[in-house]
Amino acid sequence: MRSLLSILLIGVPVTLILCLVGLSRGFIEDSQRRARGVGADVLIRPKGSSMLSLGYSMPAALVDYFRQQPHVQIATGVLNATVEGVTLGASGVDPKVFAEMSGGFVFRSGSTFQGPDDVIIDDYYADQKKYHVGDKVKMLNHEWHVSGIMESGKLSHIIVPLATMQEVKGESGKVSQIYLKLDNPANTKAVIDALNHDPKLGGDYPIYPMEEYTSLLSVNNIPGLKPFTYVIVGIGVVIGFAVVCLSMYMAVLQRTREIGILKSLGGSKGFILRIILAEALMLGVGGTILGIIMSYGAYWLIRTLVPASFPMIIVHSWWPIAGAITLVATGLGALYPGLSAAAHDPIEALAYE
Amino acid sequence: MSSGIIEIRDLHKTYRVGKVDVPALRGVDLSVKGGEFLSIVGPSGSGKSTLFHIIGGLTPPTSGEVHVDGQDLSALSDAGRTEMRKRTVGFVFQKFNLLPNLTARDNIAVARHIAGLDHKPTAEFDEVLKLLGISHRLDHKPAALSGGEQQRVAIARAIVKHPAILLADEPTGNLDTENSRAVLEVLRDLNERMGQTILMITHNPEAADYGHAIVHMRDGRIVERR
Repeated sequence: MRSLLSILLIGVPVTLILCLVGLSRGFIEDSQRRARGVGADVLIRPKGSSMLSLGYSMPAALVDYFRQQPHVQIATGVLNATVEGVTLGASGVDPKVFAEMSGGFVFRSGSTFQGPDDVIIDDYYADQKKYHVGDKVKMLNHEWHVSGIMESGKLSHIIVPLATMQEVKGESGKVSQIYLKLDNPANTKAVIDALNHDPKLGGDYPIYPMEEYTSLLSVNNIPGLKPFTYVIVGIGVVIGFAVVCLSMYMAVLQRTREIGILKSLGGSKGFILRIILAEALMLGVGGTILGIIMSYGAYWLIRTLVPASFPMIIVHSWWPIAGAITLVATGLGALYPGLSAAAHDPIEALAYE
Repeated sequence: MSSGIIEIRDLHKTYRVGKVDVPALRGVDLSVKGGEFLSIVGPSGSGKSTLFHIIGGLTPPTSGEVHVDGQDLSALSDAGRTEMRKRTVGFVFQKFNLLPNLTARDNIAVARHIAGLDHKPTAEFDEVLKLLGISHRLDHKPAALSGGEQQRVAIARAIVKHPAILLADEPTGNLDTENSRAVLEVLRDLNERMGQTILMITHNPEAADYGHAIVHMRDGRIVERR
């Protein structure tokens, strides 16, 4: 019972680590997939903004200016808004131009906007909110009508008409970013160089090739994510250490007499320490396996309840890492009880009741 | 010093209990020849167990000379005494002290493993198991064995590594008359057939008579040997 409880308690931080990694990787992969789904070659962000910063905008009139540049086939501006924290956003688009650029939304049910207050949601968000075509939904302090449910993978989980978004956000004539589709992707560098040297733009607009933009969406570039991961790993190590230390200390107390027997047979301090460490490592392995299994449970729950807000994936490459972290923690946790057991006086241990 | 397998001269052992020194042995002289079966009797607190613990390398002497199978125990470190327990002595306890989660076979295997012997017992040891009458009970855990069977497994565990000396501390203390007799017969057989040197602590005069000689202890000293 003690061992099973220890395995469970060791498994919890393993699950925590795997869920955090799965969520961050899932969020990044989901963002990359949706960015690629736009079908653009170049992304232009507002002046002073960084790759992921929110709250910046630029004049929508720039869209027409960019459209007139050499090699630019399609240009479209979108206005973004956060709906639920930073993980779930909505985008206002010009549906006709966006469809030309991206190849159009693939609808599971319903269709594109029929009126200014229509919203298209993807299947993840529809599953999460249990929304259906025809439903009235309240979002961004505005009432919307669900006109269609699309297959996820294009720009955002929630798409609304650009003009309505501008009105709702109080940002008429503004967009958050502009996408350009070129006549040939091979011209991307030339177009960006030209725009960066365009005196009318002043070189102040961050301009990214889409390939570079999606590759920059990584754990390293999301502010605070890496330190947060380290904190969770640290918590995992501390919990694993504490659980094993307590569990093995109890085990040593319970088995004092057995330790005395082994010592009377000639078991050395090293032999006793190895037994305690081996048991602790077995608990660590058991905890890792249980943690992995529980991470599948968490994955199922998250994908069932909040698939759009938290697009979690299972990151297999982190299994050995989580296992190694756990084994280090359990090994450290078993050290004190092990040394304590090894130092037992055999006569006292044999007399222990 | 003569050539006995155990040679003890002027052995003292004092335990520190709190701030008080408690003498357990106050000048013990003892010589035991190889192949001897020696019974040690005496009242509680006379120092019998302390003497066993020193001979068995479980605790160091405070002063005096203790030679066991040629090794000077007073000069051995803790690691040296551990090494000695591996091969030179085998213990049999009143409470059997088998590892409860292991079968009888595994209890015996653990002793062989610790002693650095391979896991497979020799044909000679199979004979010993037959002598002990536990060959058919080896796959049972201690809880499924009678007291007599447990003690015979403990004897098998103690001698599986062919120790120079078998130390039996009240081996019949927890057994009924029938099982006590069986265990004592086994010890005598081991002594007679295999030449196993045995030191046995007992309160029971009948059990003590199984030995070649009886040593009486009182107040930390040997007061009589006959």
